[in-house]
Amino acid sequence: MSAAGVAESLLALSQQEELEDLPKDYPLSPSEDEEDIDGERKHQKLLEAISSLDGNNRWKLAERSEASLKVSEFNVTSEGSGEKLVLSDLLGPVKTSSSLAAVKKQLNRVKSKKTVELPLNKEEVERIHREVAFNKTSQALSKWDPIVVKNRQAEQLVFPLKKEQSAFAPIEHVLSSWKARTPLEQEVFNLLHKNKQPVTDPLLTPVEKASLKAMNLEEAKMRRAELQRARALQSYYEARARREKKIKSKKYRKVLKKGKAKKALKEFEKLQKENPTAALEELEKIEKARMMERMSLKHQNSGKWAKSKAIMAKYDLEARQAMQEQLARNKELTQKLQAASESEEEEGDVEEEGELLVPDAVNEIQMDADGPNPWMLRNHSSGTKEARIQDPEQLPEPVAHETPESEEEERPGAEEEILLNEFEERRSLRKKAELNQDTKPVSRQEPKDSSSQEVLSELRALSQKLNKENQSGKQKVSSARTVWVVQRKDPTEEEEEPLLLQRPERAQTVEDLEELGKEGCFQNKEVPRSVLEGQQLERNPNNHPGAPKEKKKKEQMIDLQNLLTMKSPSVKSLAVPMTIEELEDEEERDQKQMIKEAFAGDDVIRDFLKEKREAVEASKPKDVDLTLPGWGEWGGVGLKPSAKKRRRFLIKTPEGPPRKDKNLPNVIINEKRNVHAAAHQVREREILCCLALLLGRNILALCGKERCVILTTESKLFSFSRTGSEMNNSRLISAVLISDWEEVEA
Amino acid sequence: MKVKMLSRNPDNYVRETKLDLQRVPRNYDPTLHPFEVPREYVRALNATKLERVFAKPFLASLDGHRDGVNCLAKHPKSLATVLSGACDGEVRIWNLTKRKCIRTIQAHEGFVRGICTRFCGTSFFTVGDDKTVKQWKMDGPGYGEEEEPLHTILGKTVYTGIDHHWKEAVFATCGQQVDIWDEQRTSPICSMTWGFDSISSVKFNPIETFLLGSCASDRNIVLYDMRQATPLKKVILDMRTNTICWNPMEAFIFTAANEDYNLYTFDMRALDTPVMVHMDHVSAVLDVDYSPTGKEFVSASFDKSIRIFPVDKSRSREVYHTKRMQHVICVKWTSDSKYIMCGSDEMNIRLWKANASEKLGVLTSREKAAKDYNQKLKEKFQHHPHIKRIARHRHLPKSIYSQIQEQRIMKEARRRKEVNRLKHSKPGSVSIVSEKKKHIVAVVK
Repeated sequence: MSAAGVAESLLALSQQEELEDLPKDYPLSPSEDEEDIDGERKHQKLLEAISSLDGNNRWKLAERSEASLKVSEFNVTSEGSGEKLVLSDLLGPVKTSSSLAAVKKQLNRVKSKKTVELPLNKEEVERIHREVAFNKTSQALSKWDPIVVKNRQAEQLVFPLKKEQSAFAPIEHVLSSWKARTPLEQEVFNLLHKNKQPVTDPLLTPVEKASLKAMNLEEAKMRRAELQRARALQSYYEARARREKKIKSKKYRKVLKKGKAKKALKEFEKLQKENPTAALEELEKIEKARMMERMSLKHQNSGKWAKSKAIMAKYDLEARQAMQEQLARNKELTQKLQAASESEEEEGDVEEEGELLVPDAVNEIQMDADGPNPWMLRNHSSGTKEARIQDPEQLPEPVAHETPESEEEERPGAEEEILLNEFEERRSLRKKAELNQDTKPVSRQEPKDSSSQEVLSELRALSQKLNKENQSGKQKVSSARTVWVVQRKDPTEEEEEPLLLQRPERAQTVEDLEELGKEGCFQNKEVPRSVLEGQQLERNPNNHPGAPKEKKKKEQMIDLQNLLTMKSPSVKSLAVPMTIEELEDEEERDQKQMIKEAFAGDDVIRDFLKEKREAVEASKPKDVDLTLPGWGEWGGVGLKPSAKKRRRFLIKTPEGPPRKDKNLPNVIINEKRNVHAAAHQVREREILCCLALLLGRNILALCGKERCVILTTESKLFSFSRTGSEMNNSRLISAVLISDWEEVEA
Repeated sequence: MKVKMLSRNPDNYVRETKLDLQRVPRNYDPTLHPFEVPREYVRALNATKLERVFAKPFLASLDGHRDGVNCLAKHPKSLATVLSGACDGEVRIWNLTKRKCIRTIQAHEGFVRGICTRFCGTSFFTVGDDKTVKQWKMDGPGYGEEEEPLHTILGKTVYTGIDHHWKEAVFATCGQQVDIWDEQRTSPICSMTWGFDSISSVKFNPIETFLLGSCASDRNIVLYDMRQATPLKKVILDMRTNTICWNPMEAFIFTAANEDYNLYTFDMRALDTPVMVHMDHVSAVLDVDYSPTGKEFVSASFDKSIRIFPVDKSRSREVYHTKRMQHVICVKWTSDSKYIMCGSDEMNIRLWKANASEKLGVLTSREKAAKDYNQKLKEKFQHHPHIKRIARHRHLPKSIYSQIQEQRIMKEARRRKEVNRLKHSKPGSVSIVSEKKKHIVAVVK
């Protein structure tokens, strides 16, 4: 090929590249506009035709030419004008012809439409696609949320996770499209349907089911009648009870009570005749009930009702009578006491001295000091507690004292007042005598139940821990600076302690590890006081240090004691049970029974008080005595340094700050850190975790084979925490324990 | 004369079989056992000590490769079979019970970049530096047959990773883009790109199997949706992520092993803050794998150690190392959740116990009870300082130890500086960025 030919073909190629965007079916014919190169091209064609004549090159390259802007379609050209073709130009000639109206309309519509907006660029489109897809996927993923949460919170997971058993279902249920196809199948099903036989559940036909459901007519009638009767009876009893309840007459009530008592007595006598052993038991029961009532001190005339009556007694005859009755009952109860039981003998002989009516306040204090077990008594309202704190002399005297035989007659107020004064005197005397005896109960200690002691200390420790944590928590919050507040808020920022303690030394034997542990305990010096501290409280076996001389102080001490061991005065006659409180009492009795079992013969509170006293004594700063016997004077056996010298060389240490538990009668706060205990104590940081653990289970709960021990300890703890409402901050723990207990019971 | 004999019910003191323990009567009255809790504490202490004494996690080393082990794969059906690919293009199949190599294949020229097994366990795929994807039969060739791949796909670019779909006959490779392949075809079904950097690893989500995660060398992690053939989201971190691993129990959680010594656990629905930053390594983290329980994962690092992290803790619970183990490149947690395998630079695959002090073999019921009891005790008293100290103690090689010290100092200095800056600037002008957010550069939609 010639050089020109090569150039030509190259040109054609480049043209072809340019043309690529054009539609493919575009006719690539040599157009008539290009006259100047036409001749040349014709010549070329001719040459090619000649060269192809020899037969070996029949194949022809397609003709390519430069694209022209002015290619016309339908012979419409905008040639000459040099402008764009506009639609209106096209529409112009159409105007005249009416047959093209429809087309015209369409074209007009096209004309009125706006141009379509440019499509978004590729990146934008992709971004939108991604966003949509992401939202969709994350929505799809959130269906796993409940499962994930469940798995995360599960106490333990067992792998492989259980697959749910697919319930067996008949094939008709599973495959809804299943149909009987074969003729045999169809026939069978036809038969079944006709006879109303069950198709899916081959157990009972509908008829059978109905017959099973139906009842015998007679039976049904009987049952209906029965039901009717029961309903009528119930409504009748209800109405009656309501009516009786509404009766306000006091006389009626009195008669009712008496009637009940009589009935009880009669029954008892009858029983005595018929079955002496049962009667004995009954008697015992009655006696016990009486004791309970006696202990409840309801008839001591110090209740709200009694006080109000005492005020009213001056003016109101009925009130006076009521008081008298009350007093009589009280006397009855207290007099019987001697014979009551061995355990209360001590009380009894103290009271016997009085012979006459023993004022209730005395009784109460007596009980407080050395009652069998303060746990046995009820909890008291705070109001009465406060009253107790006052000096007994200042106690409001609520009682109107009258002998039972003077019931019928009225007495003038003056006489009563005289009586009252007399009474008060006697009472104060009694009190003094009693105070002298007070040291006795302390020295005369009951055998201690070591386990309950432990339980107590454990609980105390816990409450301390809680206390401390609360405090420290508050302090943290208050003292944290803004910086750290910000950081605290973000849980990520919180420096997590590394789980591993990485060192270049190897610990291979048990001894090495032992060393490690010791090292560890010396390292953490900021260990706060906590769990075990309570148990570390020193216990001096000294007796109560207070001297009987300082009566006033003594009294205060006792009052403090009373604060804890007080009981509410309540009275109940055994022969005539009070109807109102019956239910409540029963519950209480149950609880008492339980408590009694748990703390048989053991006075935890007094022990605690003693312990506290000792702790206070031990923590007091001691004076330093620097006297040297024999220095500047004679010394030897039996010679003491002179008082002057002693005075001179005795360095008195200043009183320390007041104890933190000064005003908390039921808490011992030990501010000394015990190094030996600290090594085994849980750090403050972990207390929260511990608490979380605690919420799950009891801290004392053993986890080994001895687990059945736990139940008993738990029951003790439970009862302790229920009654030990005086324990500060023990609410949480008691709640935990109670829940534990409920679990155990279940 | 009648003599009354003392008699006891033999049920109370005779054991049922000779194998039983002698019955010792015990009074369960708690008052008689006031030191029950202290005794338990001592037991817990002893249990902890014994745990440390018996903590010998290293089981075996599988040697045979003639170059560094670059990738590992578990067999989906057989616990004892492991596949490994080395840097010289050799693939070996190991039997863990015999601790022997059962098959050797010269699969590629150059590195074996990735290896994965088919979900049915009949074949496996490898990709190599020679721009090929090869499918191999799991069973060896019969007598007289030549070792040949089932299929070979020649690609245009180097593939750097491969992962197989968990349920369907589909696999994904990564390189310049993420390609999804049908096993029957020689061209990808779809290829997804976002940006132009080379992608180092791609992983299928085991639960929502249409989801894919990949990490590229331009420091980002990209998530893809196979069904819609589109990327979903991209998060850019401070440094390059080497590989990611999905949590097998939680569909939306994955963990990324990063070059900045940390691992990041993400919730894929909220990529702007990782759920947890796991730090303890002192060099780049190269690989990560989840335990089948989804509670823990193991990470392999350039610092010649592997560590086990609880998913919800930022610190590791365990660190494994030996003198001879060099940079650990790949790590896998076996499907029974009991063992860990790691392949390292010095041509060995090592087998570790996942629980360092676990006793292997069949346990008698009494042993099991004792183990459970000790476990419970340790858990109960775990916060007591004595016990805690002992339980946490780990020996570390000097290099890692000194590195840790150094980094602690650096970190402390940085923290101090930050605090100082905060202190001495106008309030509100400087804000503290949390550790979690610190490492996230951006999230691209």
